[in-house]
Amino acid sequence: MSKYTLQINGQARTVDVAPDTPLLWVLRDSLDLVGTKFGCGIGQCGACTVHLNGVATRSCMTQVSTVGRKQVTTIEGLSPDGSHPLQKAWCELDVAQCGYCQAGQIMAAAALLKENPKPDDQEINDAMTNLCRCATYLRIRAGIRRAAGIASGDDAINTGGGIPPLASLQEANK
Amino acid sequence: MSTPTLSRPVARRDFLKFSAIAGGGLVLGFYLRSDGTALAAEVVKPAAGGEFKPNAFIRITPDNVVTIVSKQPEIGQGIKTSLPMIIAEELEVNWKNVVVVQGDLDPAYGGQSAGGSRSTPTNYNEFHRLGATARTMLVEAAAQTWGVPVAECAASGTAVQHAPSKRSLSYGELVAKAATLPVPDASAVKLKDPKDYKLLGTRISGVDNPRIVTGQPLFGIDTKLPGMLYAVYEKCPVFGGKVVSANLDTVKALPGVRDAFIVEGTNVLSGLMPGVAIVAESTWAAFSARKQLKVSWNEGKYANDSWDAFSTKAQELSKQPGGSTVYKEGDVTTALAGAAKTVEAAYSYPFISHASIEPQNCTVAFKDGAFEVWAPSQNPGAAQTAIMGQFSVPKEKVVVHLTRSGGGFGRRLSTDYVLEAAAIAQKVSAPVKLTWSREDDMRHDQFRAGGFHFLKAGLDASGKLVAWQNHFVTFGLLSAGRGNDTAMVARPGSGATLDADQFPAHFLSHYRAEQTVMECGIPTGPWRAPGNNVFSFVMQSFIDELAHAAGRDPLEFRLELLAGKLGGNYDANRMIGVVKLVAEKAGWNPKKFPRGEGQGISFHFSHSGYIAQVAEVSVSKDGELKVNRFVCACDVGAQIVNRSGAENQVQGSIIDGIGAAVFQELNLERGRMVQGNFNEYPMIRMPDAPPRVEVHFLSTNNPTTGLGEPAMPPVAPALGNAIFAACGKRVRQFPMSRADLRWS
Repeated sequence: MSKYTLQINGQARTVDVAPDTPLLWVLRDSLDLVGTKFGCGIGQCGACTVHLNGVATRSCMTQVSTVGRKQVTTIEGLSPDGSHPLQKAWCELDVAQCGYCQAGQIMAAAALLKENPKPDDQEINDAMTNLCRCATYLRIRAGIRRAAGIASGDDAINTGGGIPPLASLQEANK
Repeated sequence: MSTPTLSRPVARRDFLKFSAIAGGGLVLGFYLRSDGTALAAEVVKPAAGGEFKPNAFIRITPDNVVTIVSKQPEIGQGIKTSLPMIIAEELEVNWKNVVVVQGDLDPAYGGQSAGGSRSTPTNYNEFHRLGATARTMLVEAAAQTWGVPVAECAASGTAVQHAPSKRSLSYGELVAKAATLPVPDASAVKLKDPKDYKLLGTRISGVDNPRIVTGQPLFGIDTKLPGMLYAVYEKCPVFGGKVVSANLDTVKALPGVRDAFIVEGTNVLSGLMPGVAIVAESTWAAFSARKQLKVSWNEGKYANDSWDAFSTKAQELSKQPGGSTVYKEGDVTTALAGAAKTVEAAYSYPFISHASIEPQNCTVAFKDGAFEVWAPSQNPGAAQTAIMGQFSVPKEKVVVHLTRSGGGFGRRLSTDYVLEAAAIAQKVSAPVKLTWSREDDMRHDQFRAGGFHFLKAGLDASGKLVAWQNHFVTFGLLSAGRGNDTAMVARPGSGATLDADQFPAHFLSHYRAEQTVMECGIPTGPWRAPGNNVFSFVMQSFIDELAHAAGRDPLEFRLELLAGKLGGNYDANRMIGVVKLVAEKAGWNPKKFPRGEGQGISFHFSHSGYIAQVAEVSVSKDGELKVNRFVCACDVGAQIVNRSGAENQVQGSIIDGIGAAVFQELNLERGRMVQGNFNEYPMIRMPDAPPRVEVHFLSTNNPTTGLGEPAMPPVAPALGNAIFAACGKRVRQFPMSRADLRWS
């Protein structure tokens, strides 16, 4: 066991774990940040995606001893109150089915939007390598486009894929 | 009783069940407490110790918060949002006033299994009555408070209004009074007219979405208890193998390991199988120690089985008469001999994994002879029953908490992983979370069975289908039958047996379906639309072959077939309705496509749903397949509950269906599954999802039914039929990615 002080969501957190422990399990077991999910353990599914210095990274393949002073951002730290445009868009378009992979999808999409604030479908296809077993890919695509619209204040951005926004939700609550 | 809004008359059995629950005071109640806010907080966060056990579906507190219990397991089918919507609709509450909480396993809720797309049809009418009953009591409470006739009062927006005096009281202000009223007789409760629905049929965002997108604990694997240890469990790679010995002393000495031991287990492949448990201080310590584990196995009698050998055997068996007749009509042999044209084809598909994205896991605390279980389960009642049987404990010693599940697809109807966690927890004196690796999950599934179909059909001189035979060669485990049928013979498992009503049975005067079972050691289980997800591929593809052989339009050929119903429960008119709708919405016109592009059509009935689909694909000259568009028409009865969830289920089913047909395959060698993880077992990803999936619902005057499964079976044949239309290559095997689609 070794002690590591990690920069997690803007806070210094010290853990005492084996050096080869994947960051995924440090987050989940040691720090109770369970939004980052275990799906495959070999970097294939992307359910464990976090940001290291802003770069989307598979935490199941990242040994804690290699993290150093890099800033780790997890889904819990993406925004203080769930107000990131992707989080808003995901709720607005009701993207999730089971929801298990969606934190990883959002983290991957957040890194994409930082690089490319208005990606088209081809750019989204190229960037989003995460697996969704429920196959909500149409809504993930639409969610990323909607988030781009929210972030730029452009409500007219077409979400595409035949995914209507939940306008009736507002109607129902009148 | 006055129930004009029900799509079918209330059966007496339904009425009695409802009355019995309501009369017992279990179904609804107004939980009163001076500090409503504190209660709401308590409700939202059930105590980890399992102390909180709601005894009602509906609670309204003075702060006007309406808490609705969701009793069904949420596995991604959206039931945690849709069933409470039904109550909210009848209760006349604003959705923003509703808090939905997950109920644990409790007999007060009735059945709690999520399978067979039954959650909606089973609960639909009763949930209407639950909401309407509570609304009736609140209106009565308001009328009494004001001293006015009930008929002058009306409920809407989480309040009751008295129009003549322009007075209004919120539900929160009425709960004290309402709680003193007797539960009204069901006959005094009037359901809403569907034309007045405000919530049902609209798009409502899932109630857990805010927690999902911020990474809050929700799923089984997120469970953490004080003092909890972490376990892994290694089983024999050959199904049914037993532990001979293991290097337990070495493993126990590894860092972070608290214990390692052999679990003797049983010989039930879907139950507690023999294995070696490692219990450690963290998941990673357990995973790491497992790499040092060496087990000597007795692999048993199936250790030499392989897919290749089964495939060869199936071809041989196809030349012999079938082991049993599934269904027979007329004289197929004579009809085929007299046919103007006959067509023969062989179809096959491999075993596949459910591959739910949350690997199987379960947390169990064993204390004072009692099991407390947190399980991502589709069938918590079965989990309880299995523990009772395995460990000889009474029902009251098994408490089951429901967590959200990271996908189900039928996998979590089985209880193997629950029994393993329970066995490990019983041995160590601490709560234990068992986590399967992806490799455990893929190689120790209750698999979607592989199978082989050998078909022959005849057309008359006018191109009409007149005879059909199917010899299905399937897989089965040695097992006893039901009742007095105790012979140990190979019997197909769930999804591996052809049913007598499988289309086109009952639509042809000369029809024969036979089935032959090959004994194997492979556990099979229900996989999203069991049986149907492969049978539809076989039948709807072969029908397409016959239409082309007859030189006829595949749509028109199908409509003729559907018009010739002889008997059975299949509602041909409902199917004709969705076939015509999908053809219209898709703009069915296969002749309009240039070579290299094509349109394919299919339909299938399963899980009470009538579904038709049209696929549009392109196939490049070097054989690259691209799915451009899917159009789907669904008749699942009178009412779509949550339109957003319904569309999501259909779109997901279609993309999942493409993925299963095109990519997924497990190969059996030396009695074990070869593929263990997503690097070897490809699943559909974003780039292969079609840009457009259009969903249309046809409302018919039939009971409202479920959508978790029925939209999946028609996907593969629509796709295969479109591929044929595009490039002239008929795909008769999964995975379709193996097919050579090059053309010139």
